[in-house]
Amino acid sequence: MRALTARRVWLVTALLAGLLVLIGVISLGLGAVPTPPRELGACLAGAAHIGAGSVSADCRMIVLELRLPRVLLAALVGAALSVAGAGFQALLRNPLADPYVLGISSGAALGAILSLLAGPPGTLLTGGAAFLGALATVAGVYLLGQRHGHLDTPTLLLAGVITASFLSAIIMFLMTTLPGRELRGLAFWLMGDLSSPLPLSLRWLYVAVLLTMAALYTTAADLNLLLAGEQEAEHLGVNVRRVKLVVYLCASLLTALAVSVSGAIGYVGLLVPHAIRLLFGSDYRLLLPASALGGATAIVFADTLARTVAAPTELPVGAMTAVVGAPLFIYLLRRHLQ
Amino acid sequence: MKPTETPVATRPAPPRALPRLSVQGVSYAYGSPPEQFVLQPVSFEVARNQVFSLVGPNGSGKSTLLRLLAGTLEPLAGKILLDGIELKRLDTRTRAQRIAVVQQENPLLFSLGVLEFVLQGRYPHGSGLRFPEREDLKLALQALDQAGAARLARRWMHELSGGEKQRVVLARALAQQPVLLLLDEPTLHLDLAGQIDLLRRLRHLATSGQTAVVLATHDLNLAADFADCVLVLDRGRTAGIGPPSDVLTEALLQQVFGVPLRVEQRPEGTLRIFPEVNRV
Repeated sequence: MRALTARRVWLVTALLAGLLVLIGVISLGLGAVPTPPRELGACLAGAAHIGAGSVSADCRMIVLELRLPRVLLAALVGAALSVAGAGFQALLRNPLADPYVLGISSGAALGAILSLLAGPPGTLLTGGAAFLGALATVAGVYLLGQRHGHLDTPTLLLAGVITASFLSAIIMFLMTTLPGRELRGLAFWLMGDLSSPLPLSLRWLYVAVLLTMAALYTTAADLNLLLAGEQEAEHLGVNVRRVKLVVYLCASLLTALAVSVSGAIGYVGLLVPHAIRLLFGSDYRLLLPASALGGATAIVFADTLARTVAAPTELPVGAMTAVVGAPLFIYLLRRHLQ
Repeated sequence: MKPTETPVATRPAPPRALPRLSVQGVSYAYGSPPEQFVLQPVSFEVARNQVFSLVGPNGSGKSTLLRLLAGTLEPLAGKILLDGIELKRLDTRTRAQRIAVVQQENPLLFSLGVLEFVLQGRYPHGSGLRFPEREDLKLALQALDQAGAARLARRWMHELSGGEKQRVVLARALAQQPVLLLLDEPTLHLDLAGQIDLLRRLRHLATSGQTAVVLATHDLNLAADFADCVLVLDRGRTAGIGPPSDVLTEALLQQVFGVPLRVEQRPEGTLRIFPEVNRV
């Protein structure tokens, strides 16, 4: 048993970043029309101005303009949701917390849809409304999940599931008022989909998500103590109110950003931090960056499957994560309650 | 009863005049007026080499008083001074550098190694992400040793028995290098040998001047054996304060605990307190 060092954090982070790049590059080569490795290599080298390779028109069109943004978006969404999950787990002191299971994604989705009724799609308004929806849902679930003044696992999860179902019902009502063409896109988006238009440019999304993650990471050492209980954390010198506020805002914002670009992709926020804890321990100083990279890899992988398994038909990536995630969730819940 | 003023030191007087802890007319109540008093005004002082014990039945205000001393509750009235500085003027982090609290632990959500757990005690002294430095590791191992838990350093928290865990929790508190150590029922999960060992260690920590010790306990005999001064609380009131042999009298204890008790003075000067139970 050795204490965590900065060196170990860097090593594991570098390892996982390497894995993400590897899966990402493989994903760039796969699709309805696969790109052979040699051609892909020449194309990427050319795009990065390495060597004398030139970028063919095919490559520019398929790899750089279609697949690359998609892979980058998948990585961003996976990272945001996983880190949000790890954050909510510390905030709610519950290892089974996940933005989707607790209805926070639904809250963000409802906010985003309401903003669509008010203004044109694909604006900053969508992201802001999703953020407010997520904040309100976390607050609601937090209050409903208390029993005798304590957050209690079954009560919290039940509160989350019921909240999600209630919010979905409202989303259904709103959707019936929309014209048919928009409806189909929205329904697909709600299932978790990475092919919808973005409210912000990919570059600004990256800036927003990375800044939020950095803000959350400043509390990493505090979160370790918060897991032991708020009073213990305070006895050890943690400013509990400030830390909880930072986590509440950051995790909600990450959820909202992810949901507003990809709909509700479930269970990533639960499964990825769990897997990372099994592999590398539960210290948040390592858990947060490792979950970000692991989550990015997981969603890039899932989205590659979604694009290729039934090509040219695309499967919604949220349905794929749910098929894997729901049974694992039941397993973890049973183990936790024993 | 009127709150008593200064404590009576039974051990040699502290090297400096300033007491470590000075509690001046502190009271606490829940709710807005009319308040439900949980703690009537209480005053006492604890010197830097003393073990001070709070005794009393359940609901007498021991835990509330401990939380006030820890600074997690603010008194309704009165002042708490640590080395002459009012407690509420210290921020959370500075407080944690000076005061450590050992209480009944919540179960951990994810298991930790014992050494990692003890290193958490270094948190208030570090900055940023608080990766442990050589000095922190040294202090953590030293704290484990002082708590009698050195052989547990490589174990996991979830494998420990109640008594072992209690020692590790004490080690984490010592790793904070506090000048005041507060303990709530520290002997609860310990067997007889463990109770005596723990109290000896606390006695040693205090006598050596490392940290003043304030503990709440049900166990009148341990309080009588190891404390320099006891405060008997009865439904939020100070029923008695002073050296064990002065305060722990049959009349007072019977009145506070509501059961017949017998107090015997042993030749070597210690007290034994027995409940008088008639077999049916």
